[in-house]
Formats: sequence, structure tokens, C-alpha cells
Amino acid sequence: MSTDAEDKENIPGTSVFTGHKSKKGYALNRFAYSLHEENNREAYRENPDQYMDSCGLSNWEKEKVNARDWKALINDGGGSIYMLIKIGAVTGDGLVAIGAQQRGESVEEFMKSRNVPLRQNM
Amino acid sequence: MGKIVAGIGSSHVPSIGVAYDQQQQESPEWKPLFDGYTPAKDWLEEIGVTHTIVLYNDHGTDFFYDKYPTFAMGAADEYPIGDEGWGIRPLPSVKGDSDFSWHLANSLVLESEFDLTVCQEMVMDHGLLVPLPVLFSHQPDWSVKTVPLAVNVLQHPLPTAKRLWKLGLGLRAAVESYPEDVRVAVIGTGGLSHQLHGERFGHMNADWDNEFMDRIEDDPKSLIDISHKELMERGGAEAVEMMMWLGMRGALSPKVEKIHRNYYQPMLSGMGLTVMADAS
Repeated sequence: MSTDAEDKENIPGTSVFTGHKSKKGYALNRFAYSLHEENNREAYRENPDQYMDSCGLSNWEKEKVNARDWKALINDGGGSIYMLIKIGAVTGDGLVAIGAQQRGESVEEFMKSRNVPLRQNM
Repeated sequence: MGKIVAGIGSSHVPSIGVAYDQQQQESPEWKPLFDGYTPAKDWLEEIGVTHTIVLYNDHGTDFFYDKYPTFAMGAADEYPIGDEGWGIRPLPSVKGDSDFSWHLANSLVLESEFDLTVCQEMVMDHGLLVPLPVLFSHQPDWSVKTVPLAVNVLQHPLPTAKRLWKLGLGLRAAVESYPEDVRVAVIGTGGLSHQLHGERFGHMNADWDNEFMDRIEDDPKSLIDISHKELMERGGAEAVEMMMWLGMRGALSPKVEKIHRNYYQPMLSGMGLTVMADAS
């Protein structure tokens, strides 16, 4: 029998952050979480690959982070948006950019679909 | 004796905190949101709230998935403002009341059989820090003492809506058995409709948000059996946060006096506010 949480994944276009995803994305999310501390943001800014190595990221994870492939990190890498957004705090990628990419749209296209395009977009 | 005087449901969208710090209260984009909080703040001051209990979730500020508690309550006299990745917001540390927290913990664990993680150190997240400053004065210091109550609405399996409702019932019993004359506002935060994971990113549902607020105010028991799946289908994956409003509502009298309500749906989330007076 599948668990209730896994069943929820049947909602179209919806990725549910389950225990299995949390296990799969553990190193990735832990790396992203670590960026809530300024000294870690500094270390990542100075040498991204070295910092990601120190966090135990796989080559696939490093490649996807460097490519800002948020969609892959979320759909295939077990990434949690609440942690990944902290990578954006260093690289300058905002929530809208991450979201538009998941929808397969440009930021401009996405903004046209909003009621009020706010300047702060978190 | 302790008394619950008010219940508040409020979104905790982080951009509200950014706009607040940038003093954009009068900008055309933000005025419809901030104007909604003014009467709420005035009323809360008028009725003399001394304490708040805030149901919120931590988004990777103090808790990570190494150990992510289902329910964690603060029991400190001061809670530092967290750095979520963008630096520390210019707010005074949140004022606590550890004696009151320990009383709540004793009552919840022993009387209501609600087994919490009790935290003597806790760093505050936007889940709490977005609504608190727009509802209570805080310069130079907070006008209220706060009990933070963090709920896991991030990593499934999540507690059920019914469990949140029961937490509210337990909170009411706990407050009412406190010997001091505290006047408590319970605040349920989060939502309303929004989705951040998956191709349906940006999903919002104003009809559902307004129906939810109607039912929270007038018929909350009709919501206690709602499934996570229904919450996610209607409001988006991250709208499971709305269960925390049920925790707040469970702590109030069955009938309430509706004081104020606001709704604004600009960008990525339905931003809701409801303010209710306890009718007992």
C-alpha cells in the first residue's frame, strides 16, 4: 500500500515534498540551508564548487546548481523550494525566476499572468 | 485567570515583510494589503492584548530536515530575529514569557496529551515575523509577549487538519487554567492559496480562499476533516499552511464576533486576514 503522502502526488503539475524527496535531496537541501549563515554565503560566493564539495554535493547536483536548473533540482533532485531560495539569495535568482522556469515560461511571460506584478516577489 | 480574547488568521508571505521594511505601506501595489491591517492593529490595542500565541512554520531558519519537529513551542523570554539568507530584519527581538510557555506545555502534554518539543532557544522566521509587526506595536519594544508554536507543514507526513483543531482546543484549556490575568490573541498564520513546487507554480484560487475564510469564521467544524490532498488541489501544494488557521480557530469560542477581514491577491499568494473576538 502506498502512503497517503505519495498518493497526493497525483495532483497534476504538483510536486509534494515527501519523506522520500527529503531523503533524496538531503545533501542538496542541507547545502542550501547552510546559506542562512553569512560566513557560508561568503564561502560559497568566493568558490562555489569548493563550497559545494565541502557540503558533499554530487557532480549532478553541482552541475544543476551551477546551471540554475531549478526545475531539475526540484523534480529530480528532491530540492525543497524553501531551501533552494537561499541559493538564490547569493546568486540573485528570485522566486519568480525559479517559478517561471518550472512553468516553462520566461519571467516576462509569467509576470503578464499576475494580477499585480509586485517588485518584491518572494 | 488567563483568557483568550481574540483570534487572527493572517498570511505570512515574505514579500510583505520586505515591503514593510522598505516602508511601502502607501505604494499603490501594497496599500490594499497594509490598509487591511490598520483597523486590526487598532482594535487589538484597544482590547488590551498582553500575550500572543502564534502558530507558524519555520522555513529553514532555525529548523532543518535533519530533525524537523511536528510541533515545537518556544519557552524563552526572548527570541532572536533569524537570518533567512538575506540578513536580519530591523526588528527588536521577539519578547517571550517562559513561565507562561511552561504552563502551556504542562497543560498541553499532560491534560490534552499533545506531545510537543519544547525549545528554550528558538530563532524567529518570517512565518511569525511577517504578521507580528503589522498587528502589534514594537518600537522601541514589543507591546505583547509571544509564544511561538512552530508546526510542520513542509515535510510530509504533516499533522492532519483535525490535529490542528485539537491543538486549538488544548490551547484554550491551557490558557484558561493559567492563574495570571493574561489576555491572549491566538494567531494562525500561512496561506492562503499558493503553490511553489511544480509546473502549477503560481496557482491561486480566490473563490476557495474566501470560502475558507467564511467557514473559518462561521462554521469551522466543517473544515476539520479536510484532507491534505483537497487543501493542495484547491489552494496549491503550499496552501496546506491554512491548517494553522484551524489551530487558531479551535482555540476560540464556537461563535465569534467578526471584527475585520481583508483579502488581496496580487502576485503569487492569496493574502488573507480575519480578526475575530472571542464571544465567551
